[in-house]
Amino acid sequence: MANLKGKNLISITDYTKEEYLQILELASEFEKQPKQPILSDKVVASIFFEPSTRTRLSFESAANMLGARVIGFSNPAATSLQKGESLHDTIQMVSSYSDLIVMRHPRDGAARYASEVASVPVINAGDGANQHPTQCMLDLYSIQKTQGGLDNLNITMVGDLKYGRTVHSLVQAMCNFNATFHFVSPEELKMPSSVKMHIKNMGLEYYQYTNLEDVIPFSDIIYMTRIQRERFSDPLEYERVKDCYILDAATLKGCKPTMKVLHPLPRVNEIATDVDKTPYAYYFQQAQNGVYVRQALMAAILGVK
Amino acid sequence: MSNERKKELVVSAIDNGTVIDHIPANEIYKVVKILNLDQYNDEVLIGTNLSSKKFGKKGIIKVKNKFFEETEVNKISLVAPNATLIVIKDYEVVEKIQLNIPQEIKKIVKCINPNCITNIEEIETYFKVVDKEPLKLQCHYCEKTMTNIRFEE
Repeated sequence: MANLKGKNLISITDYTKEEYLQILELASEFEKQPKQPILSDKVVASIFFEPSTRTRLSFESAANMLGARVIGFSNPAATSLQKGESLHDTIQMVSSYSDLIVMRHPRDGAARYASEVASVPVINAGDGANQHPTQCMLDLYSIQKTQGGLDNLNITMVGDLKYGRTVHSLVQAMCNFNATFHFVSPEELKMPSSVKMHIKNMGLEYYQYTNLEDVIPFSDIIYMTRIQRERFSDPLEYERVKDCYILDAATLKGCKPTMKVLHPLPRVNEIATDVDKTPYAYYFQQAQNGVYVRQALMAAILGVK
Repeated sequence: MSNERKKELVVSAIDNGTVIDHIPANEIYKVVKILNLDQYNDEVLIGTNLSSKKFGKKGIIKVKNKFFEETEVNKISLVAPNATLIVIKDYEVVEKIQLNIPQEIKKIVKCINPNCITNIEEIETYFKVVDKEPLKLQCHYCEKTMTNIRFEE
Protein backbone atom coordinates (compact mmCIF):
# COMPACT_ATOMS: atom_id res chain seq x y z
CA MET A 1 0.00 0.00 0.00
CA ALA A 2 1.31 3.44 -0.96
CA ASN A 3 2.10 5.89 1.79
CA LEU A 4 0.30 9.13 0.99
CA LYS A 5 1.50 10.97 4.08
CA GLY A 6 2.54 14.50 3.19
CA LYS A 7 1.58 14.12 -0.48
CA ASN A 8 -0.08 17.09 -2.18
CA LEU A 9 -3.15 16.59 -4.35
CA ILE A 10 -3.13 19.31 -6.99
CA SER A 11 -3.94 17.56 -10.25
CA ILE A 12 -5.57 14.18 -10.89
CA THR A 13 -2.36 12.99 -12.53
CA ASP A 14 -0.49 13.44 -9.22
CA TYR A 15 -1.91 10.13 -7.97
CA THR A 16 -1.57 6.69 -9.54
CA LYS A 17 -4.47 4.37 -10.25
CA GLU A 18 -3.49 2.34 -7.17
CA GLU A 19 -3.46 5.45 -5.00
CA TYR A 20 -6.97 6.39 -6.22
CA LEU A 21 -8.25 2.95 -5.40
CA GLN A 22 -6.66 3.15 -1.98
CA ILE A 23 -8.49 6.44 -1.28
CA LEU A 24 -11.79 5.00 -2.53
CA GLU A 25 -11.42 2.01 -0.24
CA LEU A 26 -10.67 4.26 2.69
CA ALA A 27 -13.69 6.42 1.79
CA SER A 28 -15.96 3.39 2.05
CA GLU A 29 -14.63 2.83 5.59
CA PHE A 30 -15.56 6.39 6.49
CA GLU A 31 -18.98 5.97 4.93
CA LYS A 32 -19.65 3.14 7.38
CA GLN A 33 -18.37 5.21 10.30
CA PRO A 34 -18.05 8.89 9.39
CA LYS A 35 -17.43 10.23 12.89
CA GLN A 36 -13.97 9.24 14.09
CA PRO A 37 -11.90 11.71 16.15
CA ILE A 38 -8.63 10.69 14.52
CA LEU A 39 -7.56 14.22 13.58
CA SER A 40 -8.33 15.82 16.95
CA ASP A 41 -4.76 17.10 17.29
CA LYS A 42 -4.70 18.59 13.76
CA VAL A 43 -5.50 22.00 12.34
CA VAL A 44 -6.86 22.16 8.79
CA ALA A 45 -6.67 25.52 7.00
CA SER A 46 -9.57 26.01 4.61
CA ILE A 47 -8.68 29.01 2.47
CA PHE A 48 -11.12 30.00 -0.25
CA PHE A 49 -10.04 32.89 -2.41
CA GLU A 50 -13.33 32.77 -4.28
CA PRO A 51 -16.81 31.80 -3.13
CA SER A 52 -17.85 28.15 -3.12
CA THR A 53 -20.63 26.70 -1.06
CA ARG A 54 -20.61 23.01 -1.74
CA THR A 55 -16.90 22.27 -1.86
CA ARG A 56 -16.01 24.37 1.17
CA LEU A 57 -18.79 22.96 3.35
CA SER A 58 -17.95 19.43 2.24
CA PHE A 59 -14.27 19.81 3.19
CA GLU A 60 -15.06 21.54 6.47
CA SER A 61 -17.69 18.94 7.33
CA ALA A 62 -15.18 16.16 6.57
CA ALA A 63 -12.53 17.80 8.77
CA ASN A 64 -14.99 18.36 11.62
CA MET A 65 -16.24 14.77 11.51
CA LEU A 66 -12.65 13.65 12.03
CA GLY A 67 -12.27 15.99 15.00
CA ALA A 68 -9.86 18.44 13.33
CA ARG A 69 -9.97 22.17 14.07
CA VAL A 70 -10.71 24.24 10.99
CA ILE A 71 -9.33 27.73 10.43
CA GLY A 72 -9.48 29.87 7.30
CA PHE A 73 -11.55 32.25 5.26
CA SER A 74 -14.23 32.06 2.63
CA ASN A 75 -14.21 35.66 1.59
CA PRO A 76 -10.85 37.10 0.56
CA ALA A 77 -12.31 40.62 0.72
CA ALA A 78 -12.07 40.38 4.51
CA THR A 79 -8.38 39.36 4.58
CA SER A 80 -4.99 40.99 4.14
CA LEU A 81 -5.18 40.08 0.43
CA GLN A 82 -7.27 43.20 0.17
CA LYS A 83 -4.18 45.05 1.37
CA GLY A 84 -2.22 43.61 -1.52
CA GLU A 85 -0.55 40.64 0.16
CA SER A 86 0.90 38.15 -2.34
CA LEU A 87 -0.27 34.54 -2.57
CA HIS A 88 3.27 33.55 -1.63
CA ASP A 89 3.15 35.40 1.68
CA THR A 90 -0.39 34.28 2.52
CA ILE A 91 0.51 30.63 1.97
CA GLN A 92 3.72 30.89 3.95
CA MET A 93 1.82 32.40 6.86
CA VAL A 94 -1.07 29.90 6.71
CA SER A 95 1.25 26.91 6.53
CA SER A 96 2.84 27.94 9.80
CA TYR A 97 -0.62 27.89 11.44
CA SER A 98 -1.85 24.53 10.15
CA ASP A 99 -1.10 20.87 9.37
CA LEU A 100 -2.87 20.81 6.00
CA ILE A 101 -4.13 23.44 3.57
CA VAL A 102 -7.30 23.09 1.51
CA MET A 103 -7.35 25.83 -1.07
CA ARG A 104 -9.55 27.24 -3.81
CA HIS A 105 -8.29 30.05 -5.99
CA PRO A 106 -9.61 31.77 -9.13
CA ARG A 107 -6.25 31.60 -10.97
CA ASP A 108 -5.09 28.56 -12.95
CA GLY A 109 -2.00 27.03 -11.39
CA ALA A 110 -2.36 28.80 -8.03
CA ALA A 111 -2.64 25.50 -6.15
CA ARG A 112 0.55 24.06 -7.68
CA TYR A 113 2.39 27.24 -6.77
CA ALA A 114 0.98 27.18 -3.23
CA SER A 115 2.17 23.59 -2.79
CA GLU A 116 5.70 24.71 -3.66
CA VAL A 117 5.59 27.53 -1.13
CA ALA A 118 3.82 25.71 1.72
CA SER A 119 5.65 23.65 4.33
CA VAL A 120 2.53 21.50 4.84
CA PRO A 121 0.60 19.45 2.23
CA VAL A 122 -1.94 21.20 0.00
CA ILE A 123 -5.21 19.81 -1.38
CA ASN A 124 -6.50 21.67 -4.43
CA ALA A 125 -10.20 22.49 -4.05
CA GLY A 126 -10.28 24.07 -7.52
CA ASP A 127 -7.82 26.40 -9.27
CA GLY A 128 -9.58 28.54 -11.86
CA ALA A 129 -10.56 26.51 -14.91
CA ASN A 130 -7.69 24.08 -14.37
CA GLN A 131 -8.20 21.24 -11.87
CA HIS A 132 -10.63 20.10 -9.18
CA PRO A 133 -9.26 16.67 -8.31
CA THR A 134 -11.48 15.89 -5.30
CA GLN A 135 -14.58 16.27 -7.51
CA CYS A 136 -13.09 13.66 -9.81
CA MET A 137 -12.38 11.33 -6.89
CA LEU A 138 -15.92 11.59 -5.55
CA ASP A 139 -17.23 10.90 -9.06
CA LEU A 140 -15.09 7.76 -9.20
CA TYR A 141 -16.32 6.72 -5.77
CA SER A 142 -19.96 7.22 -6.83
CA ILE A 143 -19.45 5.22 -10.02
CA GLN A 144 -17.68 2.40 -8.20
CA LYS A 145 -20.31 2.25 -5.50
CA THR A 146 -23.31 2.20 -7.82
CA GLN A 147 -21.86 -0.08 -10.49
CA GLY A 148 -20.02 -2.49 -8.20
CA GLY A 149 -16.69 -1.60 -9.83
CA LEU A 150 -15.03 0.78 -12.25
CA ASP A 151 -14.05 -1.52 -15.12
CA ASN A 152 -15.62 -1.82 -18.59
CA LEU A 153 -18.42 0.74 -18.19
CA ASN A 154 -20.34 2.82 -20.74
CA ILE A 155 -19.89 6.38 -19.52
CA THR A 156 -22.14 9.01 -21.10
CA MET A 157 -21.46 12.72 -20.65
CA VAL A 158 -24.03 15.34 -21.58
CA GLY A 159 -24.05 19.12 -22.05
CA ASP A 160 -21.06 21.44 -21.95
CA LEU A 161 -18.21 19.10 -22.78
CA LYS A 162 -16.00 21.86 -24.12
CA TYR A 163 -15.45 23.99 -21.04
CA GLY A 164 -16.39 21.58 -18.23
CA ARG A 165 -13.20 20.71 -16.35
CA THR A 166 -15.11 18.04 -14.39
CA VAL A 167 -15.82 15.96 -17.48
CA HIS A 168 -12.28 16.32 -18.81
CA SER A 169 -10.81 15.05 -15.54
CA LEU A 170 -13.31 12.23 -15.31
CA VAL A 171 -12.48 11.05 -18.83
CA GLN A 172 -8.80 11.06 -17.93
CA ALA A 173 -9.43 9.05 -14.76
CA MET A 174 -11.86 6.56 -16.38
CA CYS A 175 -9.34 5.85 -19.14
CA ASN A 176 -7.57 3.76 -16.48
CA PHE A 177 -10.60 1.46 -16.29
CA ASN A 178 -11.30 0.47 -19.89
CA ALA A 179 -14.37 2.69 -20.23
CA THR A 180 -16.26 3.36 -23.47
CA PHE A 181 -17.26 7.01 -23.73
CA HIS A 182 -20.41 8.54 -25.22
CA PHE A 183 -20.47 12.31 -25.63
CA VAL A 184 -23.75 14.17 -26.13
CA SER A 185 -23.43 17.89 -26.80
CA PRO A 186 -24.40 20.67 -29.17
CA GLU A 187 -21.90 21.28 -31.96
CA GLU A 188 -20.49 24.39 -30.19
CA LEU A 189 -19.73 22.53 -26.96
CA LYS A 190 -18.15 19.31 -28.19
CA MET A 191 -15.41 17.52 -26.25
CA PRO A 192 -12.01 19.11 -27.11
CA SER A 193 -9.82 17.17 -29.51
CA SER A 194 -6.99 16.90 -26.93
CA VAL A 195 -9.30 14.86 -24.65
CA LYS A 196 -10.48 12.68 -27.54
CA MET A 197 -6.88 12.16 -28.59
CA HIS A 198 -6.06 10.97 -25.07
CA ILE A 199 -8.84 8.35 -25.29
CA LYS A 200 -7.52 7.10 -28.65
CA ASN A 201 -3.97 7.00 -27.33
CA MET A 202 -5.16 4.81 -24.47
CA GLY A 203 -6.63 2.40 -27.07
CA LEU A 204 -10.22 3.17 -26.03
CA GLU A 205 -13.34 4.20 -27.97
CA TYR A 206 -15.60 7.25 -27.89
CA TYR A 207 -18.79 8.10 -29.77
CA GLN A 208 -20.39 11.50 -30.31
CA TYR A 209 -24.11 12.29 -30.45
CA THR A 210 -26.37 15.28 -30.59
CA ASN A 211 -29.49 13.39 -29.50
CA LEU A 212 -29.78 12.42 -25.81
CA GLU A 213 -32.39 9.67 -26.45
CA ASP A 214 -29.84 7.68 -28.49
CA VAL A 215 -27.64 6.87 -25.49
CA ILE A 216 -30.29 5.98 -22.89
CA PRO A 217 -30.53 2.19 -23.54
CA PHE A 218 -26.87 1.27 -23.01
CA SER A 219 -25.42 3.87 -20.61
CA ASP A 220 -24.20 2.71 -17.19
CA ILE A 221 -23.67 6.30 -16.05
CA ILE A 222 -25.21 9.49 -17.46
CA TYR A 223 -23.10 12.41 -16.28
CA MET A 224 -25.10 15.62 -16.79
CA THR A 225 -23.46 19.07 -16.77
CA ARG A 226 -24.73 22.60 -16.57
CA ILE A 227 -24.23 24.90 -19.53
CA GLN A 228 -22.58 27.91 -17.93
CA ARG A 229 -23.71 31.34 -19.03
CA GLU A 230 -20.34 32.92 -18.13
CA ARG A 231 -18.57 30.80 -20.77
CA PHE A 232 -20.32 32.54 -23.67
CA SER A 233 -19.21 35.86 -25.07
CA ASP A 234 -22.31 35.92 -27.27
CA PRO A 235 -25.54 35.86 -25.19
CA LEU A 236 -27.56 34.77 -28.24
CA GLU A 237 -25.45 31.67 -28.59
CA TYR A 238 -26.05 30.87 -24.91
CA GLU A 239 -29.80 31.31 -25.34
CA ARG A 240 -29.72 28.93 -28.29
CA VAL A 241 -27.98 26.06 -26.49
CA LYS A 242 -28.90 26.52 -22.81
CA ASP A 243 -31.94 24.28 -22.81
CA CYS A 244 -30.85 21.80 -25.45
CA TYR A 245 -30.62 18.82 -23.10
CA ILE A 246 -33.20 18.42 -20.39
CA LEU A 247 -33.29 15.02 -18.79
CA ASP A 248 -36.72 14.10 -17.42
CA ALA A 249 -38.22 10.89 -16.10
CA ALA A 250 -39.92 10.11 -19.44
CA THR A 251 -36.60 10.33 -21.33
CA LEU A 252 -35.13 7.69 -19.02
CA LYS A 253 -37.62 5.01 -20.14
CA GLY A 254 -35.79 1.97 -21.42
CA CYS A 255 -32.55 2.64 -19.54
CA LYS A 256 -30.57 -0.09 -17.76
CA PRO A 257 -32.04 -0.83 -14.31
CA THR A 258 -28.62 -0.18 -12.74
CA MET A 259 -28.05 3.10 -14.59
CA LYS A 260 -27.35 6.18 -12.44
CA VAL A 261 -27.53 9.88 -13.26
CA LEU A 262 -24.68 11.97 -11.87
CA HIS A 263 -24.21 15.74 -11.84
CA PRO A 264 -21.48 17.84 -10.20
CA LEU A 265 -24.20 20.31 -9.02
CA PRO A 266 -25.53 22.91 -8.84
CA ARG A 267 -28.11 22.02 -11.48
CA VAL A 268 -30.28 24.62 -13.12
CA ASN A 269 -32.87 22.94 -15.31
CA GLU A 270 -30.91 20.24 -17.14
CA ILE A 271 -32.32 17.54 -14.85
CA ALA A 272 -36.08 17.88 -14.32
CA THR A 273 -37.16 17.47 -10.70
CA ASP A 274 -39.28 14.44 -11.63
CA VAL A 275 -36.02 12.50 -12.07
CA ASP A 276 -35.25 13.05 -8.35
CA LYS A 277 -37.84 10.47 -7.34
CA THR A 278 -36.66 7.78 -9.78
CA PRO A 279 -34.19 5.09 -8.70
CA TYR A 280 -31.74 6.50 -11.26
CA ALA A 281 -31.12 9.82 -9.52
CA TYR A 282 -27.83 9.74 -7.65
CA TYR A 283 -26.58 13.36 -7.67
CA PHE A 284 -27.41 14.17 -4.05
CA GLN A 285 -25.78 10.99 -2.74
CA GLN A 286 -22.87 11.84 -5.05
CA ALA A 287 -22.42 15.16 -3.22
CA GLN A 288 -22.67 13.36 0.11
CA ASN A 289 -19.97 10.90 -1.02
CA GLY A 290 -17.72 13.92 -1.38
CA VAL A 291 -17.48 14.14 2.40
CA TYR A 292 -16.24 10.53 2.76
CA VAL A 293 -13.72 10.93 -0.06
CA ARG A 294 -12.38 14.14 1.50
CA GLN A 295 -12.19 12.45 4.90
CA ALA A 296 -10.17 9.65 3.30
CA LEU A 297 -7.84 12.12 1.61
CA MET A 298 -7.22 14.19 4.72
CA ALA A 299 -6.64 11.11 6.87
CA ALA A 300 -4.24 9.57 4.34
CA ILE A 301 -2.33 12.80 3.70
CA LEU A 302 -2.02 13.51 7.42
CA GLY A 303 -0.72 9.98 7.88
CA VAL A 304 -3.32 8.71 10.34
CA LYS A 305 -4.78 6.05 8.02
CA MET B 1 35.21 33.70 -57.64
CA SER B 2 33.76 30.66 -55.85
CA ASN B 3 30.46 30.81 -53.93
CA GLU B 4 32.35 30.08 -50.72
CA ARG B 5 34.58 33.11 -51.25
CA LYS B 6 31.57 35.37 -51.97
CA LYS B 7 29.96 34.27 -48.67
CA GLU B 8 33.06 35.20 -46.77
CA LEU B 9 32.89 38.66 -48.28
CA VAL B 10 29.23 39.07 -47.35
CA VAL B 11 29.67 37.94 -43.75
CA SER B 12 33.22 38.57 -42.71
CA ALA B 13 35.07 36.72 -39.96
CA ILE B 14 35.23 37.91 -36.35
CA ASP B 15 38.26 37.68 -34.07
CA ASN B 16 36.39 37.02 -30.82
CA GLY B 17 32.76 36.18 -30.27
CA THR B 18 30.06 33.73 -31.30
CA VAL B 19 28.67 32.65 -34.65
CA ILE B 20 25.14 31.26 -34.75
CA ASP B 21 24.96 29.17 -37.89
CA HIS B 22 22.20 27.14 -39.57
CA ILE B 23 19.35 29.41 -38.49
CA PRO B 24 16.29 28.90 -40.72
CA ALA B 25 16.33 31.97 -43.01
CA ASN B 26 12.79 32.98 -42.02
CA GLU B 27 13.64 32.94 -38.29
CA ILE B 28 16.72 35.11 -38.39
CA TYR B 29 15.11 38.36 -37.23
CA LYS B 30 13.31 36.51 -34.45
CA VAL B 31 16.70 35.34 -33.17
CA VAL B 32 18.00 38.91 -33.37
CA LYS B 33 15.00 40.11 -31.38
CA ILE B 34 15.00 37.47 -28.60
CA LEU B 35 18.71 38.03 -27.99
CA ASN B 36 18.22 41.83 -28.06
CA LEU B 37 20.99 42.08 -30.65
CA ASP B 38 19.36 45.22 -32.04
CA GLN B 39 20.46 46.89 -28.79
CA TYR B 40 23.96 45.37 -28.82
CA ASN B 41 26.81 47.89 -28.86
CA ASP B 42 29.53 45.92 -30.66
CA GLU B 43 29.61 44.51 -34.22
CA VAL B 44 26.77 42.23 -35.30
CA LEU B 45 26.87 40.69 -38.77
CA ILE B 46 23.66 39.25 -40.11
CA GLY B 47 23.44 37.15 -43.23
CA THR B 48 20.28 35.59 -44.56
CA ASN B 49 19.09 33.53 -47.53
CA LEU B 50 22.55 32.01 -47.84
CA SER B 51 22.51 28.66 -49.58
CA SER B 52 22.80 25.64 -47.33
CA LYS B 53 23.09 21.95 -48.16
CA LYS B 54 20.97 21.04 -45.12
CA PHE B 55 18.22 23.68 -45.23
CA GLY B 56 18.23 25.09 -48.76
CA LYS B 57 18.37 28.64 -47.36
CA LYS B 58 19.91 29.53 -44.04
CA GLY B 59 20.74 32.50 -41.89
CA ILE B 60 23.91 33.26 -39.94
CA ILE B 61 24.63 35.77 -37.18
CA LYS B 62 28.09 36.74 -36.00
CA VAL B 63 28.31 38.65 -32.73
CA LYS B 64 31.63 40.19 -31.78
CA ASN B 65 32.82 39.81 -28.18
CA LYS B 66 29.70 37.99 -27.09
CA PHE B 67 29.61 34.58 -25.39
CA PHE B 68 26.04 33.46 -24.74
CA GLU B 69 24.77 32.29 -21.37
CA GLU B 70 22.66 29.17 -20.88
CA THR B 71 19.32 31.01 -20.82
CA GLU B 72 20.21 32.72 -24.09
CA VAL B 73 21.29 29.43 -25.66
CA ASN B 74 17.96 27.90 -24.59
CA LYS B 75 16.11 30.78 -26.21
CA ILE B 76 17.93 30.22 -29.50
CA SER B 77 17.18 26.50 -29.36
CA LEU B 78 13.45 27.20 -29.10
CA VAL B 79 13.45 29.34 -32.26
CA ALA B 80 16.18 27.55 -34.23
CA PRO B 81 16.53 24.05 -32.78
CA ASN B 82 18.97 22.92 -35.49
CA ALA B 83 21.34 25.86 -35.18
CA THR B 84 25.02 25.51 -34.37
CA LEU B 85 26.87 27.83 -32.01
CA ILE B 86 30.52 28.42 -32.85
CA VAL B 87 32.66 30.09 -30.22
CA ILE B 88 35.62 31.99 -31.66
CA LYS B 89 38.65 33.21 -29.79
CA ASP B 90 41.51 34.88 -31.62
CA TYR B 91 40.12 33.78 -35.03
CA GLU B 92 40.18 30.13 -33.90
CA VAL B 93 37.11 27.95 -33.36
CA VAL B 94 37.36 26.88 -29.73
CA GLU B 95 33.95 25.26 -29.34
CA LYS B 96 31.11 24.07 -31.57
CA ILE B 97 27.78 23.45 -29.92
CA GLN B 98 24.97 21.63 -31.70
CA LEU B 99 21.78 23.02 -30.13
CA ASN B 100 19.18 20.80 -28.53
CA ILE B 101 15.74 21.67 -27.21
CA PRO B 102 15.92 21.07 -23.45
CA GLN B 103 13.31 18.86 -21.69
CA GLU B 104 12.39 21.70 -19.34
CA ILE B 105 12.44 25.45 -19.79
CA LYS B 106 12.67 27.84 -16.88
CA LYS B 107 12.23 31.61 -16.79
CA ILE B 108 12.56 32.61 -20.47
CA VAL B 109 9.09 31.75 -21.80
CA LYS B 110 5.86 33.50 -20.85
CA CYS B 111 2.63 31.50 -20.37
CA ILE B 112 -0.01 32.37 -22.98
CA ASN B 113 -2.86 31.82 -20.49
CA PRO B 114 -3.78 35.26 -19.11
CA ASN B 115 -5.38 33.60 -16.06
CA CYS B 116 -2.23 31.62 -15.21
CA ILE B 117 -0.86 32.47 -11.77
CA THR B 118 2.57 33.14 -13.34
CA ASN B 119 1.03 36.12 -15.15
CA ILE B 120 -0.45 37.48 -11.92
CA GLU B 121 2.27 37.01 -9.30
CA GLU B 122 6.00 37.27 -9.67
CA ILE B 123 6.77 33.60 -10.27
CA GLU B 124 9.54 32.08 -12.33
CA THR B 125 7.83 30.30 -15.25
CA TYR B 126 8.47 26.63 -15.82
CA PHE B 127 7.48 24.58 -18.89
CA LYS B 128 7.86 20.98 -19.90
CA VAL B 129 8.55 20.21 -23.55
CA VAL B 130 5.71 17.92 -24.64
CA ASP B 131 6.64 17.79 -28.34
CA LYS B 132 9.77 18.96 -30.14
CA GLU B 133 8.48 18.97 -33.73
CA PRO B 134 6.42 21.13 -33.87
CA LEU B 135 7.40 22.62 -30.56
CA LYS B 136 4.73 22.22 -27.86
CA LEU B 137 5.19 23.32 -24.25
CA GLN B 138 3.07 22.65 -21.17
CA CYS B 139 2.97 25.12 -18.29
CA HIS B 140 3.91 23.39 -15.02
CA TYR B 141 1.43 25.60 -13.13
CA CYS B 142 -1.77 26.06 -15.17
CA GLU B 143 -1.15 22.87 -17.23
CA LYS B 144 -2.13 24.58 -20.52
CA THR B 145 -0.22 23.47 -23.59
CA MET B 146 0.96 25.97 -26.18
CA THR B 147 2.61 25.96 -29.58
CA ASN B 148 2.85 29.72 -29.92
CA ILE B 149 5.95 30.61 -27.90
CA ARG B 150 6.22 34.04 -26.31
CA PHE B 151 9.34 35.12 -24.48
CA GLU B 152 9.48 37.05 -21.20
CA GLU B 153 10.32 40.70 -21.87
